[in-house]
Amino acid sequence: MKILYPFVAVLGLILIAFLGVQVGLAPVFGIVFPYLALLVFIGGFINKVVGWGKSPVPFRIPTTCGQANSLPWIKQNQIDCPSTTAGVVARMFFEVVLFRSLFRNTQASVYDGPKLRYGSSKYLWLFALLFHYSFLVIVVRHMRLFTDPMPFFVPVLEFFDGILQIGAPTLYVADLILVGAVLFLFVRRVLLPAIRYISLPADYFPLFLILGIALTGILMRYYLRVDIIAIKQLTVGLATLSPTITGEIGSIFYIHLFLVCTLLVYFPFSKLMHMGGVFMSPTRNMANNNRMVRHINPWNDPSIKPHSYMAYEDEFREFMAEAGLPLEKELPAKEEAPVADEPTAEKE
Amino acid sequence: MANLKADELGVKVASDPSLTTGAVPAKDWMDTPAVFEPGNYCYQGKSEKVEYISDALKNNPGLFGEPRDWDIESEDWKLPENWKEIIINGIKERLDKFRSFKIFMDCCVRCGACADKCHFFLGTGDPKNMPVLRAELMRSIYRNEFTKAGKILGRLAGAREMTFAVLKEWFMYFYQCTECRRCSVFCPYGIDTAEITMMGRELLHLVGVNTNWILEPASNSNRTGNHMGLQPHTLKENVEYLCDDIEEITGIRITPTWNRKGAEVLFITPSADVFAEPGIYTAMGYLLLFEHIGLDYTWSTYASEGGNFGLFTNNELMKKLNAKMYAEAKRLGVKWIIGGECGHMWRVLHQYMDTMNGPADFLEVPKSPITGTVFENAATTKMVHISEFTADLIKHGKLKLDPSRNDHRKVTFHDSCNTSRAMGMLEEPREILKAVVNNFQEMPENTIRETTFCCGSGTGLNTGEIMDLRMRAGLPRANAVQYVHEKNDVNTLGCVCAIDRATLSALIDYWVPEVQVCGLSELVGNALVMDGEKEKETGLRFEALEGMEG
Ligand code: SF4
Ligand code: SF4
Repeated sequence: MKILYPFVAVLGLILIAFLGVQVGLAPVFGIVFPYLALLVFIGGFINKVVGWGKSPVPFRIPTTCGQANSLPWIKQNQIDCPSTTAGVVARMFFEVVLFRSLFRNTQASVYDGPKLRYGSSKYLWLFALLFHYSFLVIVVRHMRLFTDPMPFFVPVLEFFDGILQIGAPTLYVADLILVGAVLFLFVRRVLLPAIRYISLPADYFPLFLILGIALTGILMRYYLRVDIIAIKQLTVGLATLSPTITGEIGSIFYIHLFLVCTLLVYFPFSKLMHMGGVFMSPTRNMANNNRMVRHINPWNDPSIKPHSYMAYEDEFREFMAEAGLPLEKELPAKEEAPVADEPTAEKE
Repeated sequence: MANLKADELGVKVASDPSLTTGAVPAKDWMDTPAVFEPGNYCYQGKSEKVEYISDALKNNPGLFGEPRDWDIESEDWKLPENWKEIIINGIKERLDKFRSFKIFMDCCVRCGACADKCHFFLGTGDPKNMPVLRAELMRSIYRNEFTKAGKILGRLAGAREMTFAVLKEWFMYFYQCTECRRCSVFCPYGIDTAEITMMGRELLHLVGVNTNWILEPASNSNRTGNHMGLQPHTLKENVEYLCDDIEEITGIRITPTWNRKGAEVLFITPSADVFAEPGIYTAMGYLLLFEHIGLDYTWSTYASEGGNFGLFTNNELMKKLNAKMYAEAKRLGVKWIIGGECGHMWRVLHQYMDTMNGPADFLEVPKSPITGTVFENAATTKMVHISEFTADLIKHGKLKLDPSRNDHRKVTFHDSCNTSRAMGMLEEPREILKAVVNNFQEMPENTIRETTFCCGSGTGLNTGEIMDLRMRAGLPRANAVQYVHEKNDVNTLGCVCAIDRATLSALIDYWVPEVQVCGLSELVGNALVMDGEKEKETGLRFEALEGMEG
């Protein structure tokens, strides 16, 4: 069920787009939905991030993953345990750009004895990196469709992406990698018992959706020829707020576009928001200078006071006097010595 | 601590069917209820403790729910009528107060990188002990109440209603997490399940669901100044006994001062250090060290607890208990504070104290009177870790040390979760070790430093009624100790944590009984060559020194 429902949902989306265009709703799928989706995406994304930002960070809680700044002769791990803003920026850079924490991944196994072993396990890191970067390359490549003239880096990127020079039109490496990586992430989720057990439909749905987007894109580029000129006219039109649909673009394009719209709408309400969250995670984006610079908690409650020393002394004054402990307030003079029930220290 | 043997508890981690050994549960986790039976839960808080603590925090009513007698194994926890409302409002309040909580509720992608990083999961194989699922126990409720997808799609979106069964699950699994942060090291978004566990425990307290093992020490600490409930005269007397032992071993009489105004330094350590073995040997180490360098310092009976069990309940009680430290420093007019060896104590001191109870502008930036070193890293909190202080002394050659006095020990070092992952103190203890022992051997990587494994009994889980669980949760730690014991003849496990000293002793006694647990300062104390000492024949625990066995 957890896998089937999201799969059916994506098939359903494809069907909706296909039928919609058949019954003459091309302008809705080609113009209205993309605008709506973009609005929801931007609005939703900002809303979520602002929502996070509204909650304060009451305590400074970086996860220290290396030696802290301490005595001058002890070498600090500036990246995994930064104490300055520059260090935090470096840590975040490695985190966001290279997925440093995921790189640490290990795989534990239990043997008779019982004994435990922790093997290095970098494949999740590798495929996550491949997935995200191929996705990024493809998104940037798509800028060709929305800009005229295109920014200089788009053709450069296309050149390198097509460097294998296979087929006509040239095969893009990123397409292959993206599909491969998505399939890997899916298979991993299904095959590893623990991961399958924790997975929700909300984990499969984006995978199927992205796979659908990639496959329809690939179909469009390599197999089902579509009217590129008309598409570019529409997309540039969308970007310049004067969209027009000319000629027969082909349903596959609308299906592709509709899936992309779905992804955009889905994004801010789902775990895909980790894209924003990774920048704001207090365990990663704070400097470990806790004892050097005071951190302010806006809701710190000044009315919480310790059980006072005087109340303490009042309760134990007699014993304290007996034990020769200094007092703030001496015992009333007349009192006979209190009876301590514990044995007194034996001295040799 | 009873001498537990490996077969007595019948912990069969490698052969019991579990997710760690590859057996996949047939039922979805949402359909698997938590079942309490003797041995798998900590006893509920006594009604009078709840009453006492609530009264101590009477300006913040409701934090600990209604005091009552209840029974965890029963189906009726005597919860308030509107307990669900209290919980949901409690979540709402905390989402608005803690950005970490909010982000961690939204961002998990269930990649599973954290799954096998938790010692509780490795030792029990229980799926809900994977940090990601532990967090999902809370997240599922969050989705149901606070997200559109959850409200519309329900279980399809991973949402579910708050029910009594969920509450039981929370109690079970938020008390099978030691807030050790190991999962957070591996999570690509730094999701710290410890933060979620903390929220979970705060919420449980709101409806009066609690454990006595945490509430009682916390109440003690409020009243008598320390978890053990030692009254001032007893505390002083305990330390005097330790001084007697020191005199017998070294021939030196030490007379520490108490509650002394005008001392330069206030020294605060967990009360367990003056209460029971093997912590007392660590305390003897402190006493010898301070005597050796002639430090102008005082102990306090009022602020006689370094640890803070409030941390395991809610931030309010943590603040209240911690506030004694600065209050006492101010009353005594000391210049700065040295803190003894303890893990969660230092989590509070490093991450929370200054924010909660600062600014400590009546203190001075700590400066070692012996070496002149200014501890810039404690410039505002004004509290220095004993290991930082000692490492500095050693570096400047201010200690007369004879490491051969520890030659009967082959030592490895256990990084506490808190000092490593919530403070970043990794090298100082090692620098000390290298100077005070001749045989030091690291445990395998992936089990030390920032990826160190918890003792399995932190955050107030160090109670006898859950021994089986503790031995399981501590297995990854014990296993690494066993590795260096078998390979390198290691016979001593050094640590800088009072809870460790107690819990690791039980753990190691169970899994690797040939190894002893030892505070770092005990090893320092053993190695110190004191002025005017007699010839030492034994270490601080009256164990014969190498070459002195005859
Ligand atoms: S590692 Fe982080 S994102 Fe991955 S499952 Fe665990 S908590 Fe979620
Ligand atoms: S904080 Fe530690 S005990 Fe808690 S879930 Fe994470 S790894 Fe497990």
